[in-house]
Amino acid sequence: MGWRVNQNSTEKPEQSPVKPDTGKVLLEELTRPPEPQKGGWWRSARRVLLVPALAILTGLIFGAILMVLTTEEVYQAFGRSFGEGMSLAGRTVVESYGAMFAGSLGDPGRIITALGSGEPAAIRRAFNPFLESLVNATPYIFAGLAVALGFRSGLFNIGVEGQLFVGATASAFVGYAIKGLPGIIHMPLALLAGAVAGGVWGFIPGWLKAKTGAHEVINTIMLNWIAFRLTEYLLSGPMSRPDSGGLPITPLIEKSAEIPQFFQSPIRLHLGFFMALAVAWFIHWLLFKTTIGFEMRTVGANPHGARYAGMNITRSTVLAMTISGALAGVAGAVQVLAVNRSMAIGLSPGYGFDSIALALLGNSTPIGVVLSSILFGVLRNGATRMMVVSQIPIDIVSIIQALILAFVAAPAIIRTIYRIKIPKEAEQAVFVGSWGGK
Amino acid sequence: MAPVLQLSGITKRFPGVLANDHIDLTLNEGEILALLGENGAGKSTLMNILYGLYQPDEGEIQVRGKKVTIHSPTDAINAGIGMVHQHFMLIPVFTVTENVMLGSESVRGGDFLDRKKAADRIREISESYKLEVNPDSYVKDLPVGVQQRVEIIKLLYREANILIFDEPTAVLTPQEADELFEIMRTLVKQGKSIIFITHKLREVLEISDRVMVIRRGAMVGSTTPEKADKQKLAEMMVGRSVHLEVEKAISTPGDVVLQVQNLVVADPKNQIAVDEVTFEVRAGEILGVAGVQGNGQTELVEAVTGLRAAVSGKIHLMGQEITNLSPRQVTELGCAHVPEDRQRDGLVLSFPVADNSVLCTYYQTPYAKGLNMQAHVILENAHRLIKDFDIRTPNAQTNVGSLSGGNQQKVIIAREFSRPIKFLVASQPTRGLDVGSIEYIHRRIVEKRDEGCAVLLVSPELDEIIELSDRIAVMYRGKVVAVVSADEANKAYLGLLMAGVSPEQAESAKTKGPRVVETTF
Repeated sequence: MGWRVNQNSTEKPEQSPVKPDTGKVLLEELTRPPEPQKGGWWRSARRVLLVPALAILTGLIFGAILMVLTTEEVYQAFGRSFGEGMSLAGRTVVESYGAMFAGSLGDPGRIITALGSGEPAAIRRAFNPFLESLVNATPYIFAGLAVALGFRSGLFNIGVEGQLFVGATASAFVGYAIKGLPGIIHMPLALLAGAVAGGVWGFIPGWLKAKTGAHEVINTIMLNWIAFRLTEYLLSGPMSRPDSGGLPITPLIEKSAEIPQFFQSPIRLHLGFFMALAVAWFIHWLLFKTTIGFEMRTVGANPHGARYAGMNITRSTVLAMTISGALAGVAGAVQVLAVNRSMAIGLSPGYGFDSIALALLGNSTPIGVVLSSILFGVLRNGATRMMVVSQIPIDIVSIIQALILAFVAAPAIIRTIYRIKIPKEAEQAVFVGSWGGK
Repeated sequence: MAPVLQLSGITKRFPGVLANDHIDLTLNEGEILALLGENGAGKSTLMNILYGLYQPDEGEIQVRGKKVTIHSPTDAINAGIGMVHQHFMLIPVFTVTENVMLGSESVRGGDFLDRKKAADRIREISESYKLEVNPDSYVKDLPVGVQQRVEIIKLLYREANILIFDEPTAVLTPQEADELFEIMRTLVKQGKSIIFITHKLREVLEISDRVMVIRRGAMVGSTTPEKADKQKLAEMMVGRSVHLEVEKAISTPGDVVLQVQNLVVADPKNQIAVDEVTFEVRAGEILGVAGVQGNGQTELVEAVTGLRAAVSGKIHLMGQEITNLSPRQVTELGCAHVPEDRQRDGLVLSFPVADNSVLCTYYQTPYAKGLNMQAHVILENAHRLIKDFDIRTPNAQTNVGSLSGGNQQKVIIAREFSRPIKFLVASQPTRGLDVGSIEYIHRRIVEKRDEGCAVLLVSPELDEIIELSDRIAVMYRGKVVAVVSADEANKAYLGLLMAGVSPEQAESAKTKGPRVVETTF
């Protein structure tokens, strides 16, 4: 027999066989539930919201500086005189942000006038900016939930973008290829196709992780590339629109597969947004109120403990990745069925990747994801308007978003800038946390 | 001559807590001063003040008669004060040399690390203080005891004269602890002075020159090992009379509950850890498994509780074969498990007490109805356990990770003992706990036995095994070398068995009484 008693058994390190994994440590940081706080809801709300709020503010300030620095007219004005330069700089910032918020939240003056006039078209146009922001937020919510659920289960799903692509492609296919179904069946079927395709794309890395230990970060990234190239092939080959002249785009989906929009043009607000809210509630219920969610969170927080408690880690891991993938798939499907009405390569401006940051911003809770998705929707939507009004490139908004996220992800920066004291427990934690410990 | 270190009137307040209350402390050159106190008594706060991690609200620190202010660990090191933390501050993927030079790197030619020079210094230090270590090994490959040596070398490298050891034996095996004590003796012989923080009475008596006892932030007394004994120290520490001896009636063993036959289990490296082991545990008795850590106890427990597959052999629980059943199946048959590593296996530190108290039963009624977990039932259950088991926690929603070690263990004990169980596996149930908690947990285990539960107790602490067990099985290199009844067992005999001496040879030691072994365990 090849067995051999460990001769040096007393020399064995007593440490846990699992080495501290940076990813794991990061996950714990990200998904740490808020400490229960004494002192009423206001203090706890303040505690939770203070850093994100200051992060947003700081992001906007940096964005303003950037705007001024990239506007040539301001330089010219400074060339004439300092006062003129400052006033133009101020005007640029106010105008740009004014346009951004008017374009994403609505112009109060215009809303009042429209309501006064009582003209339906004018009212629709006045309320459209905010409703359009919600349309923008919808795919973010689904994708953000996908990432958050993964985080809670101890999994980094970097593959949301790819899952979103296969989901969108599958639902577009069901949407245009099947004809003659009633809407009540066709639309859910198309959504389901998106969920299943995304789910399969999540299942694969989940299964590989559970069975072979292959890290999901690597596998989801690789599956992203497969998804992108597969989609390109399908869109330009078998699924391409006959009259597209070679552009990689599918035929328009059938009317029966469309997710209904509620109002007349220009308002695009659709049922999908409310589906997203319902799904967010569902994920909250699943994660925090059910035994399945308890298992997923336990496996995520301490796999050793989960094993000790008799939980099925394989099942939990695979299930979490599959649900995560399905959510990502639905993000793509809803965008196809409700907004684009066909699938093209440009469907996603990076929802899948933004959603990682977004789940972070929302502390990996469904309600947090919904709120930060709406923020992202507002910023994205406002950016378009800002570009039109003030010729500020849309990239500035991307930079502002990136800055906000950097500040949220690194609260130490915000704490340093605003001199916010770290709570005592946190300070102590620094001393006891070290290598070799638990 | 002025003492090496003098603290006078050190006071430190945290919100709501007086962590240190006018503490005076004197450390003389070349002595080992033991600082004894329960978890949370304020020992670590005091040492963190000394090490510059906290600022005292009042009081002053003098080093060799000169007043010093210590704002940071750097100041502490400059004043010649060094600390070996309980959890090591080492970087696993760096070599010993790199770890030691980190923060005070030797350089040549401006910016290039001079590893050779540092390694030479390390060799010099390890020779003169008998700190055996290879400067070129990676820290992650070293056993815990050697990692600790690296920590000590780090301090000597920085020429510290006052060495603070914060619960240094908590992570060590008994042998490693002995080696550490040897090192500590060498250090003081060469003129270093040591403050040794602990709550283990035996160690205090064994190694220290002087003992100071701290309770609830205040210094309650000072003595020498010659004048004190365990009982007296324990009472000073806890502040009330303590039963170090467990009171228990003679056991009345019933039917066989656990039967292990020719069990073979492999460790993660696929080497045999448990080798043809056969024993049984009856209802109403405690079978203690003695042995130096790493002789197969961990794997034995894992196999019995379903956490590790057996290579061959059979395990029966109340007549039913449980070999290679899943942990859940074993649990559902009435097995409770207090795991060896409570933080790794027994708890989810980021979860509240309430969730941890249903970690194994969360899916059963009344805690869940179908998929829906019943939050209010779980909470009520937690409130009951907190009361019944005297768990000191702000509330049931507090994360277990923020409780003290003793209370974390109580959460596990409460969870496991409150279920209807027939068989209890307790693996190192009092590891790292203070006297009060140990007393409490021992009483609970005996209670379970008296209720008719079969108990398998695994511990490297021979005292614990002898006090609690009705029968004792000694494990050495994966084999059960002997099973003796508790009244026949004495420390010397068991110690020899644990060290690999054959039962026949050990038998002679039984009559001759304690020998060298006594100090070993």
